[in-house]
Amino acid sequence: MRGPDVSTSAKLASAISAQFTARARWSPLEVLFWLAALATIWLAPDHHLILTEIVIWALLALSLDLILGYAGIISLGHAAFFGIGAYTAGLLAKHALVSEPVLALLVSGAAGAAFGFLTSFLVLRGTDLTRLMVTLGVALLVREIANRAAWLTGGADGLQGIGMEPVLGLFRFDLYGHTAYAYSLVVLFVLFVIARRIVGSPFGLSLQAIKGNPLRASAVGIGQTWRLVGIYTLAAAYAGVAGGLLTQTTAFTSLESLSFDRSADALLVLIIGGTGHLYGGLIGAVVFRFAQDWISAATPQYWQFWIGLFLVLIVLVGRDRIGSWVAPVRRLADRVSDWRAWRRPPAVEPTAPGEGGRP
Amino acid sequence: MVTILFDGIAYGMLLFVLAAGLSVTLGLMNFVNLAHGAFAMAGGYAALVVVNRLGVPFGLGLVAAFLFSAALGALLERTLYVHVYAKSHLDQVLFTIGLVFMSVAIVDYTMGSSQQFIAIPPVLQGQITVLGIGMSKYRLMIIVICGVLTALLQLGLTRTRFGSRLRAAVDDQRVARGLGINVGAVFALTFALGSGLAGLGGALGAEILGLDPIFPLKYMIYFLIVVTVGGTSSITGPFLASLLLGIGDVAGKYYVPQLGAFVIYTIMIVVLIWRPQGLFVRKGAR
Amino acid sequence: MMSASSVPALETRALEKRFGGIVASNNVSLSIARGARHALIGPNGAGKTTLVNMLTGVLKPSGGEILLDGRDITALEAHERVRLGIARTFQINQLFADLTPVETLGLAISERLGTGTHFWRVPGTRPEVVDEIAALLERFRLADVMHERTAVLPYGKQRLLEIALAFACRPRVLLLDEPAAGVPEAERHEILAAVAGLPEDVTVLLIEHDMDIVFTFADRISVLVNGQLFVEGTPDAVARDPRVKAVYLGESLDA
Repeated sequence: MRGPDVSTSAKLASAISAQFTARARWSPLEVLFWLAALATIWLAPDHHLILTEIVIWALLALSLDLILGYAGIISLGHAAFFGIGAYTAGLLAKHALVSEPVLALLVSGAAGAAFGFLTSFLVLRGTDLTRLMVTLGVALLVREIANRAAWLTGGADGLQGIGMEPVLGLFRFDLYGHTAYAYSLVVLFVLFVIARRIVGSPFGLSLQAIKGNPLRASAVGIGQTWRLVGIYTLAAAYAGVAGGLLTQTTAFTSLESLSFDRSADALLVLIIGGTGHLYGGLIGAVVFRFAQDWISAATPQYWQFWIGLFLVLIVLVGRDRIGSWVAPVRRLADRVSDWRAWRRPPAVEPTAPGEGGRP
Repeated sequence: MVTILFDGIAYGMLLFVLAAGLSVTLGLMNFVNLAHGAFAMAGGYAALVVVNRLGVPFGLGLVAAFLFSAALGALLERTLYVHVYAKSHLDQVLFTIGLVFMSVAIVDYTMGSSQQFIAIPPVLQGQITVLGIGMSKYRLMIIVICGVLTALLQLGLTRTRFGSRLRAAVDDQRVARGLGINVGAVFALTFALGSGLAGLGGALGAEILGLDPIFPLKYMIYFLIVVTVGGTSSITGPFLASLLLGIGDVAGKYYVPQLGAFVIYTIMIVVLIWRPQGLFVRKGAR
Repeated sequence: MMSASSVPALETRALEKRFGGIVASNNVSLSIARGARHALIGPNGAGKTTLVNMLTGVLKPSGGEILLDGRDITALEAHERVRLGIARTFQINQLFADLTPVETLGLAISERLGTGTHFWRVPGTRPEVVDEIAALLERFRLADVMHERTAVLPYGKQRLLEIALAFACRPRVLLLDEPAAGVPEAERHEILAAVAGLPEDVTVLLIEHDMDIVFTFADRISVLVNGQLFVEGTPDAVARDPRVKAVYLGESLDA
């Protein structure tokens, strides 16, 4: 073998490290995105109610992205976790079990996670089709239980009489939703940062490997069971928090939070923004909720028709082509920084080992 | 007890006719058609319009329901579905959910959102007593019609040239094409037939299942249960599954109403986990 | 090279695999000594890949046992066997289309080091992982494409990555399923040199059609025909065996 060339090896090693760390680094565009979101707290006070809804959709879609975009698990029943979180938060507040909202939200997330953990074993194996039907069945089951257990959940009337205490004992929920929005946005940001860190970790990378090629993943020693259980549980926790947020910010929850429509809409929100890059759910939520607002103003009843048409078109045109509208943004991001620069052929001279060291 | 069994059988056979088309598209063609119920609903409303508004006899109304849904199925299959066969299951789900949402909104807009009933001729109302057992005439008719359809379907799939072509096309499209079978036409015809049967079921079942714009969403899970529990290797499986589901659902709602649909959802999940290929598939058959 | 008295590195006992009515492997009892360079040959459809799939846990045998260093591993999952030291390459590339070679190799190395489930760490921050990736990239000439998605790599490079990935598992038993198939001459040499450069205590089972490669590489050869072990012996013995020649219908078996 050729003799060790220290400078070449060192250069190669640093290029490898750079590739890994490039992905972990926050690009200016991302920073800008979050600064803009933060600014809406002060700049768009009249829209805080709808913005809060957007944040909640974004969190639910983000949660779905964790399993669909990163682990390839299709779910038609994500509302189950959302609804469980929503009812947990509602019951905690109504019966003054945990009156501080942040703490109650954590419990909602834990409730979602617990149910996610239990049901994760049902989606471990099987084809897309069985997963679809199992998740759908589980969600219907949960909804039916909530419907029947009217003594606890209020049944079809929804859970009423929820009074919210101030967040951290300091910030009181107000009629205009100012506190609610700031609170929701902070929750979304914190959970986003955590999700970003996790999907960029070795664990996150191995999930993508399982999604991309399960055969090869197991042939390099990656066991699937616990990883899928882990990400499914995490996603369920996120959905639970999203549901908890909905209850806390509206002081109400109903069977709608468990409905099939909610699962389907969550999928739609994610698809609009694109799967597998975390921001998809966030962008999708903005588009979805504003479109809903705009269309509802024109034809209030037939929102569902337009959603349907949109879904049909999105598939016929091709999701990848729709998703490619994100591409120019990414290219822009590349230009702004070296964010994801390693995805392109490197612009700087490539490391060429075996051809001697640095000139 | 006997009445429950009787009602359950009628309900089950109805479910079979409704879901038969899905067991072919989902089971054999491996296409996730969550919009199957929309064709049933279309048939139901077609019958409603011609019977209630135009005064056409009930029997012809059923025929109209079949034809309308079949035509709708053929049209959508040729124009839209055909582009989605090869796409991923996620795409198929999104696409067919989209169709469901559209159908719900369209029917809501044109027919109103309240539940409606098709006028049933007096002959079919009331009960008759056979062997000392009181039976609803309408349900008896459902059993007869669905029984005949099931027999025809079984014969059609196993004995006719079309049946063997379908099985060939589903088994291996390339080979089937090589044998000179027009796979596209076979699929379209199958799809139309399945949609037509669903439409007929929707019209027949309006009295029992109700007819309103959210029909496709309300019964989606039932159709899926029939197919998943029944498996796809023959039509006997879905048929038995339908009967079980029908009897179980009627009995469950009668004896333990507080559990509601709980029981059947649980059964579906258990079956999916326990035997993903369906309950009535012989091991190693596929 | 071979320590004759010790337990075989890999052993199968009456291994059998049926698909419906078809018997793909029939009563295969194979014993591979530690450090052996063992080749598995046979005509197409003889059940070679089926055998590898059973050894690695991709397929569950219908009957029989598999032993690794004398330990029964028949019931273990594929990834558990990798942890015990079995790695393989696939006849048809099985790679992660959306990951880069760096990420791909990093995955396998982290997994081996037990850091694959860390969820709060940026991958590749551990110097030993980075150094090992660097070494593999250099050895398999992948450094120039290290930033590319695997899906866009030329076939030869993908093949090299396929082999490199098996090496990244640092196996004690390496199963190579036609590693050089379809590979351009330049990369072919690279692959063969890498295999030849493996430590002596690593046991290698090679499936290969190219008899030149088989006879330069192997110290022992098993011939598989119709799912059954047909002949086993030293390269010389196998080359001289008239039955083997008959099976290959006049194909030259001379090294």
